[in-house]
Amino acid sequence: MRRLASGAHKADTTETPLVVAGRANNALYVYALNRRAQQLGLHPGQPLANARAMIENLAIVPADEKADLTLLESIADWCDRFTPLVSADAPDGLLLDITGVAHLFGGEAAMLRHVRGKIAAQGFAVQGAIAGTSLSAHALARYAAGTIARPGEDRTAIAPLPIAALDCGEDKLRALKRAGLKTIAQVAERGRAELTARLGISFLTRLHVMLGAEEKPLAPRRPLPDLSAAQHFAEPVTTQDVISKSLHDLSKALSDILERQGQGLRLLEAVFFRADGKVQRIVIRTGAPLRDPDMMLRLLNQKLDALADPLDPGFGFDLIRLEARIAEETHSAEASFDADENARRQIAYLADRLSARFGEHRVQRFVPQDTHIPEAQSVAVPAQDRDFDGVWMRKRQDKDPPLRPWRMFERPEEIHVVGASVPDGPPARFRWRKAQFDVVRAEGPERIALEWWQECPPDRIVPDSEQKRRQKLGLLPKPIPPSRDYFRIETREGLRFWLYRDGQYRSNGFAPHWYMHGLFA
Amino acid sequence: MNKSEKLADLRHFLARYGLPPDRPPIPLGVPAADAILGGGLRPGAVHEVFAGDWGASGFAACLAIQATRGKSLFWVRPDYEALEYGALSATGLLELGGDSRNLFLLRASDAADALSAAADILACPHVGAVVLELCGAPRCLDLVASRRLALLAEESGVTLFLLREGAIPEPSAAATRWQVSSLASDPLNDDWGSPRFAARLTRHRLGALSDFTLEWNSEDGLFRQATAHSGAVVSPPADRSVETPRQRRA
Repeated sequence: MRRLASGAHKADTTETPLVVAGRANNALYVYALNRRAQQLGLHPGQPLANARAMIENLAIVPADEKADLTLLESIADWCDRFTPLVSADAPDGLLLDITGVAHLFGGEAAMLRHVRGKIAAQGFAVQGAIAGTSLSAHALARYAAGTIARPGEDRTAIAPLPIAALDCGEDKLRALKRAGLKTIAQVAERGRAELTARLGISFLTRLHVMLGAEEKPLAPRRPLPDLSAAQHFAEPVTTQDVISKSLHDLSKALSDILERQGQGLRLLEAVFFRADGKVQRIVIRTGAPLRDPDMMLRLLNQKLDALADPLDPGFGFDLIRLEARIAEETHSAEASFDADENARRQIAYLADRLSARFGEHRVQRFVPQDTHIPEAQSVAVPAQDRDFDGVWMRKRQDKDPPLRPWRMFERPEEIHVVGASVPDGPPARFRWRKAQFDVVRAEGPERIALEWWQECPPDRIVPDSEQKRRQKLGLLPKPIPPSRDYFRIETREGLRFWLYRDGQYRSNGFAPHWYMHGLFA
Repeated sequence: MNKSEKLADLRHFLARYGLPPDRPPIPLGVPAADAILGGGLRPGAVHEVFAGDWGASGFAACLAIQATRGKSLFWVRPDYEALEYGALSATGLLELGGDSRNLFLLRASDAADALSAAADILACPHVGAVVLELCGAPRCLDLVASRRLALLAEESGVTLFLLREGAIPEPSAAATRWQVSSLASDPLNDDWGSPRFAARLTRHRLGALSDFTLEWNSEDGLFRQATAHSGAVVSPPADRSVETPRQRRA
């Protein structure tokens, strides 16, 4: 498939010849060209200098391979409507696996016509063919467009094609030419050993795939959905009412399919195919297998409402599809008589709804970790992730007051200690956030050391001043202290804080830093 | 509307004014307080907690732990709260006697999102309690929003604690309003450090106002009367409430 310059689809002798110039091996050559240029005798692969010498008023556009690839990708996205198995055949082709799909479009011939018509309607020049293997379809689409090779007849369809259709690289092509072989049939007649010796085993494999003797599987661009339901529209729809109605019907249809299979979905994707080729996808994750159509619809609507750039129908959607990307087995009875189970499910749905609305990372629950580093003892995970679990261990003994703060600063804040009663003791007075606090009671130290087996802390032999200088220059990450001494303190006002001293007092006279880490109730 | 319908309507109204039988009040654990509150805090209502200092917001956590009753506790707060007032710690909540397995945290991007998230959660009757934490006076939290929350809470029976930090009370649809500050530990008690609050009940839709000094007992999840001295050297005054420290305001 080749992009044409605007207006080029009319074979008009008055239009200017145009070529797209690409660069290879430090030379410019003709990468693509319009029909007029072709009529004047230019061909792709020709050095640009030659082309210019042949034609006086040649229009030249530099090639943009990246943009071509993006365009190809977006066309591939759009082709998702025909079959879920679409694979890009760069630089200018698409491979669609239509196994078991063609009857939906009225047979293979009708489907080929339909696909070509749809793509051509968007201003592309398009050629297509249908064959048993990807490579034979690739060759037929380029050298015998419109061919439909019947099952098992790839060989007869491909045999008369010129050897260029093998698409096997310049040097091999030259070798074949030199041997006097002109068509694929002639090549196929040669002995196996002969071909392998001259051209390598990869060439032979390629030939076999092309002749339909072996198959090379397609690499689909997207994973296949487990189940899906789609609705086509004869006329593109733009109004919100019709779209919501369609979503309603689709979720009901998908729910029926899920019901029949005894499954519930964990990952729902709504795909909106716009008439002008744009494809929008909305993905919703659920915490528990979901089958209820109303719940699906609610999640979808919430997600649609929360979109940063709202769903833009443009000239209308001509296909809307709901896919269960991941489906799981569910218990047979949807409504449980167990009240606890029911409540748990309702909470899971609530978490799903909130996640759809505000984002998965914003709805969290906590999982305990087996460590004694205070800030790492619990981690927040998305509430929908069910795979984490652990046992919560209390720090305090029975009848003790809380020994861990109920609020912790993610970055401990440095406090300015005015005086400590004894060198290793708690501060007597300190300043934090521009306020001064007198310590009336203190308990500690509770020494919490780094996990020495994790990562070696930076050596502390470097003097502090030097370390600070390096830090300022960005040469060092913030050094991880080997241990912290925590104090639970109460101020004169009755505020209870969790402070720690970074490291220990040393004989060299450097005062250690103090930090505010948490608040007790 | 005929007579029997009207009567049914009135009965319904009265039933909603009093507590439905399937919603028992949430006892604080202190007889004096429970007597004034009519057995405890009213479930399915909005209760405001105005925290006067760093520790006082823990009062809302204690109330929420009481109201959760083995169900889920949803804590809704805008992102910037964590910077100013510290991140919610699941281990700390466990130490207070809460159940960290049932704790959900919703980090909203701003106050308006937090409000609408809280409204969503309130609508689900299987939730135990919701804490909505807001600092300052966000514009979206007006009388209309507050009434909306109160109606939702009444509908589903879920209790909402509206924790306000650095804010001054405004008219609202809350059932109770508490102005709380931290209270120093008992100087004679070596086992110090249990959360202690001077809580002033400054609004109560269905009853009288009063001041309390409360100490949280993490073990049984109830408050008890916080005494100035465990040995009770001076008996508490009969004619007035125990003196509570004034609120500190920034």
